[in-house]
Amino acid sequence: MELGERDPVTGRHTTGHEWNGIEELETPVPRVVLFFLAATTLFAIGYWILMPAWPLGVSYTKGLLGFDQREVVTRQVRDAAFARAAWTDRIARASFEEIAADPTLMRHVREAGRTLFADNCAVCHGVKGTGGPGFPNLAAGAWLWGGDPATIAETIRIGINSTHEGTRVSQMMAFGRDGVLTGQQVLNVGAYVRSLSGQSLSEAERGRLAAGKEVFAANCVVCHGDNGKGKHDVGAPDLTDQFWIYGGDVQSVHTTIYGGRQGYMPHWQDRLSPVETKLLTLYVLTLGDRQ
Amino acid sequence: MLSGLTVSERQLSLVVLGLLAVCGLAMIGAGRNDDALGTHGFIVLGVSLGLTFLVISRYFDPEPSQERLSEYYDDPTRAGIILAMVWAVIGMFVGVWVAALLAWPDLTFDAAWASFGRLRPVHTNGVIFGFGGNALIATSLHVLQRTSRARLPDQFSPWFVLIGYNLFCIIAASGYLMGLTQSKEYAEPEWYADIWLVIVWVVYFLIYIRTLQRRKEPHIYVANWYYMAFILVVAVLHIVNNLALPVSLGHAKSYSVFSGVQDAMVQWWYGHNAVAFFLTAGFLGMLYYYLPKRAERPIFSYRLSIISFWGITFMYMWAGSHHLHYTALPQWVQTLGMTFSVVLLVPSWASAGNALATLNGAWHRVRDDATLRFMMVAAVFYGISTFEGSFMAIRAVNSLSHYTDWTVGHVHAGALGWVAMITFGSFYALVPWMWKQGRMYSPKLVEVHFWFALAGTVIYVFAMWNSGIIQGLMWRTYNDSGTLAYSFIDSLVAMHPYYIARTVGGLFFLIGAVVGAYNIAMTIRMARAAKVREEAGTDVPLPRPVATAMQAGE
Repeated sequence: MELGERDPVTGRHTTGHEWNGIEELETPVPRVVLFFLAATTLFAIGYWILMPAWPLGVSYTKGLLGFDQREVVTRQVRDAAFARAAWTDRIARASFEEIAADPTLMRHVREAGRTLFADNCAVCHGVKGTGGPGFPNLAAGAWLWGGDPATIAETIRIGINSTHEGTRVSQMMAFGRDGVLTGQQVLNVGAYVRSLSGQSLSEAERGRLAAGKEVFAANCVVCHGDNGKGKHDVGAPDLTDQFWIYGGDVQSVHTTIYGGRQGYMPHWQDRLSPVETKLLTLYVLTLGDRQ
Repeated sequence: MLSGLTVSERQLSLVVLGLLAVCGLAMIGAGRNDDALGTHGFIVLGVSLGLTFLVISRYFDPEPSQERLSEYYDDPTRAGIILAMVWAVIGMFVGVWVAALLAWPDLTFDAAWASFGRLRPVHTNGVIFGFGGNALIATSLHVLQRTSRARLPDQFSPWFVLIGYNLFCIIAASGYLMGLTQSKEYAEPEWYADIWLVIVWVVYFLIYIRTLQRRKEPHIYVANWYYMAFILVVAVLHIVNNLALPVSLGHAKSYSVFSGVQDAMVQWWYGHNAVAFFLTAGFLGMLYYYLPKRAERPIFSYRLSIISFWGITFMYMWAGSHHLHYTALPQWVQTLGMTFSVVLLVPSWASAGNALATLNGAWHRVRDDATLRFMMVAAVFYGISTFEGSFMAIRAVNSLSHYTDWTVGHVHAGALGWVAMITFGSFYALVPWMWKQGRMYSPKLVEVHFWFALAGTVIYVFAMWNSGIIQGLMWRTYNDSGTLAYSFIDSLVAMHPYYIARTVGGLFFLIGAVVGAYNIAMTIRMARAAKVREEAGTDVPLPRPVATAMQAGE
């Protein structure tokens, strides 16, 4: 190659070409570049020999190590399940009472249950299980369908108003919108409902109590019971406690009576294993401990 | 702009704009049952009608003189610089917004168009294609002419490319806000926008070929190898990855011809090579011209340039499958992606090293000149992010980094540290040349921009490294019971402070870009003022500025 002038800084010649003032030096490729090019290429070739690498029509080179990511992950999942089986098997076999009485098992329940709950339930019920507007507080002990472990496990399994064929079904009618009650009646029964939980009522509300009681007896007792304590077999909430799913203020109670409520909880049978459901049941029951 | 076109080119413009208007009308008609296609039809029609009026209003201007053929044609470059800065500010503003959304999710204000899923592609496409693409078109046309010693072949086609490309960007971004997407990252625009881009891109490639054919230099300069690789490969990638069947010709929605793991592989072959040929090769072309120019030094090694160029173009083609480690993609494909990614480090670092070694003998300039410092820091970040990329492509590392913020940090080390820095450095060199000024309006503001950009990049990248590694570790930590120790929500809570830090870093970078846009705008005003003074004649007691076709150093 015909060389150009010598560059005073590096002592190298230029290549003799020039583009609008830009020149290039004929510096040879530094050894270190060639070394690393060779080293990384050798690494690549070595890796190809050991691992699955090149396609061969319908198959591929399997590699000397016989490594297969599918087999590896299958084995790891199996080994992990086997390691956990030391306690999950006991959970599967033991009754709820036996597990609750066993501190070692309950430690596993708290540990595994916490992430299980946060990953599956917390979106609606909150990380601490305290619920939110429209979603029941699980730490309150105010159970819609019953608070014994077997019932909770069943609720998790089949859900509420879910797509599961055996789903729990719960529906509160839209008494106002559907014209079952007049506007005045809705106001009256709202005042009465609020009185059941001992909330302080306004003067106007107190005046509606007697009429409200009649409306309640005629329309609400079927589900909420004569005393408003609710019924587990239809998932009707207790109206006498301090826990409200949709709010216990005048406006919220009115909205509920006027438009009805149909809560929704998906079923988890296809998503959680029986052991996981059992774990969650026991974990949910511990939520109230911290209150 | 328009008085530079010959009469026959003005006629050609009217024909093309007429065809475009017909396309717009057809889209309005075909899309009358489908909001998005119809809306885009109105945009196309509006743009073509607006431009038609512009051409007609200048139609009877005198033709440009034959003297123009002895000068370079820089009007499209000037327009490209301005468009790039406009997109930079828009794209980075939306970037800061989506970053803030991750820390404070309520910032969508309950509007569908402002949800994260719609704003994010506006950010990514706005900065990559809007800012990066316009910068590449502007600088490539400038470099092409200077290093070939040949004027662009005509005045019409560069405007067709520049305006056509920006129309594509507008259709893309407005489509995302309306909820339109092909769900392919960095290839979200729908089929009609994709077809339009192919036409624009072919014309772009032809400009390059036609100019190089008429070059007066015996050799083709390295920068042009890279710009050519960028244009050619992006065309191939774009066409293959966007092969799709529209639901009907009257519908914006289309479905990819690929499915399942083949779809994933084609997408990431595209996605990674978009990084390689759009965000790397194109900007290396920029680096190879503006860095030696500004440093006034010869390129350190021509031979190293050759090895780097062919190493980068050959090796990158294989690397895409490293985006799909530990997935349904057969392991042998992952192996090839990983091993070629590792070898790729060598030509990448050779390029960065070649750039930095070129600065030997000019380090005092790096110290004093923020413009050159932009380019130097860009080369350093190019080295950092290519090392990181090869490292993350190793399967064992990827099992920790994949799906975490580490990936986001890596991308931004490249996008902010390398792509944006080299662009700003090149613009600060180019703008005074293009507007015939001795310097930028304010060298101090260049310095301010530099430190905002560097601080923003460092804050952003460190926040995401921390966040990503913590996230990756939390996802794989088991407790004594053998179950996951942390829930996904736990990892989100841990990310929150880093998301705030990232927003701050991004805001710094945006402020820098705004300062840069202001500085460029003021430089242009300075040039206009000088021109007015010149035209006012000898009444003005100022020395006549020297307005030559080309000035020293350009």
